[in-house]
Amino acid sequence: MLEYFWLIPLVPLVGVVVNGLFASRYIRSQLFTGVLASGCMLVAFAIGLGSFVQLAGMPAADRHVEIELYDWISTSLVHMHDNATGVSAAPFNVPFGLQFDPLSALMVLVVTGVGFLIHVYAIGYMKHDPPDKGFYRFFTYMNLFASFMLILVLGNSFAMMFIGWEGVGLCSFLLIGYYYQKKSAGDAAKKAFVANRVGDAGFLIGMFTIFFTFGTLDYDQVFAAAAANYQVGAGVITFATMMLLIGATGKSAQIPLYVWLPDAMEGPTPVSALIHAATMVTAGVYMVVRSNVLFSLSPATMTAVAVIGALTALMAASIAMVQNDIKRVLAYSTVSQLGYMFLACGVGAYAVGVFHLMTHAFFKALLFMAAGSVMHALHGELDMWKMGNLRKYMPITHKTFLVGTLAIAGVPGLAGFFSKDEILWNAWAGPNGAPWLWAVGTLVAGMTAFYMTRMLIMVFYGDSRMDEHTESHVHENPHVMTAPLVVLAILSIVGGYVGIPANLQIGPLAALHERVDIVRWLEPVTGGHSEATEDHGEADAHAMLPQSDTLVGPAVGGEAAQVVARAGDEPAIVLAAQETGGAEQEHAEDHTALEWTLMLISTTVALAGIGLAYQIYGRGKPVDEPAKRFGGLYSAMWNKYWVDELYNAVFVNRAKDLGRALWVFDDAVLDGTVNGVAEATKQSANASNEFDGRVIDGTVNGVANSVWSSSWVFRALQTGMVQNYALVIAIGAFVLVSAYLFL
Amino acid sequence: MEIYAFYAIAAVVLSSAVLMVTSRNLVHSIVYMVISFVAVGGLFILLEAEFVAAVQILVYAGGIVVLFLFVVMLVNVTETYQVEFLHRQWLPAAVLSLILATQIGFLVWGNAGDLSADPSASASVLRAVDGGNTETLGMMLYTDYLLPFEVASVLLLVAMIGAIYLSKKRV
Amino acid sequence: MATLGLNHYLLLSALLFGIGVAGVLMRRNVIMVLMCLELIFNAANINLVAVSRFRPDMTGQVFTIFTIAVAAAEVAIGLGLVIAMFRNSQTVNVDEIHLLKG
Repeated sequence: MLEYFWLIPLVPLVGVVVNGLFASRYIRSQLFTGVLASGCMLVAFAIGLGSFVQLAGMPAADRHVEIELYDWISTSLVHMHDNATGVSAAPFNVPFGLQFDPLSALMVLVVTGVGFLIHVYAIGYMKHDPPDKGFYRFFTYMNLFASFMLILVLGNSFAMMFIGWEGVGLCSFLLIGYYYQKKSAGDAAKKAFVANRVGDAGFLIGMFTIFFTFGTLDYDQVFAAAAANYQVGAGVITFATMMLLIGATGKSAQIPLYVWLPDAMEGPTPVSALIHAATMVTAGVYMVVRSNVLFSLSPATMTAVAVIGALTALMAASIAMVQNDIKRVLAYSTVSQLGYMFLACGVGAYAVGVFHLMTHAFFKALLFMAAGSVMHALHGELDMWKMGNLRKYMPITHKTFLVGTLAIAGVPGLAGFFSKDEILWNAWAGPNGAPWLWAVGTLVAGMTAFYMTRMLIMVFYGDSRMDEHTESHVHENPHVMTAPLVVLAILSIVGGYVGIPANLQIGPLAALHERVDIVRWLEPVTGGHSEATEDHGEADAHAMLPQSDTLVGPAVGGEAAQVVARAGDEPAIVLAAQETGGAEQEHAEDHTALEWTLMLISTTVALAGIGLAYQIYGRGKPVDEPAKRFGGLYSAMWNKYWVDELYNAVFVNRAKDLGRALWVFDDAVLDGTVNGVAEATKQSANASNEFDGRVIDGTVNGVANSVWSSSWVFRALQTGMVQNYALVIAIGAFVLVSAYLFL
Repeated sequence: MEIYAFYAIAAVVLSSAVLMVTSRNLVHSIVYMVISFVAVGGLFILLEAEFVAAVQILVYAGGIVVLFLFVVMLVNVTETYQVEFLHRQWLPAAVLSLILATQIGFLVWGNAGDLSADPSASASVLRAVDGGNTETLGMMLYTDYLLPFEVASVLLLVAMIGAIYLSKKRV
Repeated sequence: MATLGLNHYLLLSALLFGIGVAGVLMRRNVIMVLMCLELIFNAANINLVAVSRFRPDMTGQVFTIFTIAVAAAEVAIGLGLVIAMFRNSQTVNVDEIHLLKG
């Protein structure tokens, strides 16, 4: 399978081509279109799974397969910077190369697996759209989306990532604006696109900086060169990673570019599920994790990542606490959870970020699709105040939603608990961790539990607030929609056991950890940071490492690790790791106790959030009661801190003002000049025309008139009738024959 | 014996030609033209030029006539019968044509006598190859007249392309 | 009644030519004009074949073949022109077309 992994992004393209070109004219079948689109995802998943299994069978250091399909960009010399010689030249070649390593493998499984379930769900969800109009368009875009996302995660260079990066941006635009007849959908699509463009500009600048610095965009070469040639805190690396971070904030909806994601629910719900869970928003996290070598070289950027993540998580969670729109709550919840992932990356626990990315993909896709299921049953109702007691009508949706809620709230035993706890632990004790980051994270955990419980209660419990007509039509959805929910619910329960925290590694869980550990799996990509702090006291974890205990530095695979080892005159990273490691070692016994404490605190906070939500919303109190109790704060959250208004006032309206000013300038100065020149030209042309008409035309016409008046006799001969001329020919023949006869 | 055949065929040729020129109905004219062409083919047989006769029938009475019929249908079926079918200059034209024909006829009748006296058994020359007219003609076409033959084929090709181009929607 | 000689054929050819010329000059319909042109071609062909028979020389017949080929090309182009003309001016009458009038 592994040798065919390059087929993974191409398989969904089959669906794109067939559905996109033929569905509207020739196929016209919802069943065919839907099954083909889902089938493509399933085949891609199967190839990905086969490759994954094969990859897992290889030694950890060798888990890296690359294939270069063809030369995508091949130019001769491009100027670039070279440290040794100043400015020199190097060829700019970008092969269309794909690579399959532990990180890509995991991402492929998430994208294709969750993507497949969403596709299946969408067959049921979209069934009201005609197969030759919206339906085929929807599935074409969905497959294209998946394909670009797979290129993004499988590319072997920044340029390849950029293809997927732009592609998912395009597809999100198309899908958010799927109901393009609605103005709000069109606006949301534009907003998403513009916000992403801002981020993309950052990504491009970062990419150019990398090329300018290293002369290549290939991951392995860039990371190896960066690890070998640059010290921690190098200015150019900081600049490049800051720019990449701007790109990541655009794609992954972090402060300051998160504004597009809540509006992105204007698209159909499966799109929201796809964007929020499997694709798109994970791109930024993936990029940070992929470039961890660069990010680790820049403490400033790392701090920025962590702070942005923590603040985004806090802000989005607080907004989510008061929203009444079922999808809007989930959208802010996504922003908040992505903040967690950034927090994890920012403190250096890249693998944990990916771990949370995966578990989040499971329960967020589940929650979105369950919410879509509710909406579908209620004919598009989004206001949670018009729901209630739905567990009576929709048992499967209710149960799966309950699982998703418990998972995201961090109830022990479910997926979200493990990944969130890992993040919080690293936020305290990770390489760049700090207690205040942990405090923010814990607070967000409580808020998450609160708004999710609030949502669960408002939708599924209490008294029904639906009108009678709606209530009489409520029904559980068909299996094509509920089956994916069940699968995702199971994943949301068991998904966490691939990354068991150190303090829980006891008994059977330790045995499980021995066999399956996502952090260990990602080690060839992320290097040893997160492991270094967490599992320091445990020999078995370190036995898996290819390098010695003291040489735990940021590295890409065995090759890059050797580069680090070789670079003996670059001890900074190594020293930093040693320092941390040494410090940890001294307090090795404290660790387990500390971890237990933190875990208990965060769990308590989460449970307190659940309890508080039940206190406020679980007793059938009136709608505006919470609003009264919290006053101004509530209002600020309800209005999303007026960030949209702020952006409108600062950027959008200023851009409009600039446009208006330019227009005035254009109108007065440029148009004035142009019109003046035109006027002058017209005047001189008029004068010339006069002269032409009187003098030159007069002469010509005079000659012509004299010819005309003297030519009447010839004109009479020219009748214009062919047969007159033929008659003249005949007369000529007559004359000739007569001459022959009589002369 | 031959001469009676000649007179009969000549009568058909001339009378159908006159009827063709004077018929008001375009389709009738074409029918008369076919008769005239076929009769001319008969003359060619009388002149022991079988191959030319065959070509005359095939090309003229077959292809060209069909072409004319097509165009008549394409152009305007309703106007196949014309009341005013003659040009304004018809009288001087008719007189002139009559005079011209008489003059030429007088000319050739008087001056062709010496050739008509030649009774030679022409078979030897006209059937030089394998004793057949077609074989002889073919031999000449593909030896002495090969270049003109090829030029003629190019001419036909050019004519075909030209005709297609002319009858396209936009000229 | 004399024997059948070349002069018979030439006389017939001359008369046919006269009829053709008369048709070309008299008829208004351009299709008819083209048909009469074919009569003139036929007159020429009769001449060629007859002379070829009585000289005797095969060249006449060869030339007849060429004449027929050229006539076919002429008809094709001529009728194409008729169609173009009809499309442009909605008429097939030659005397209604006098763009060359001075």
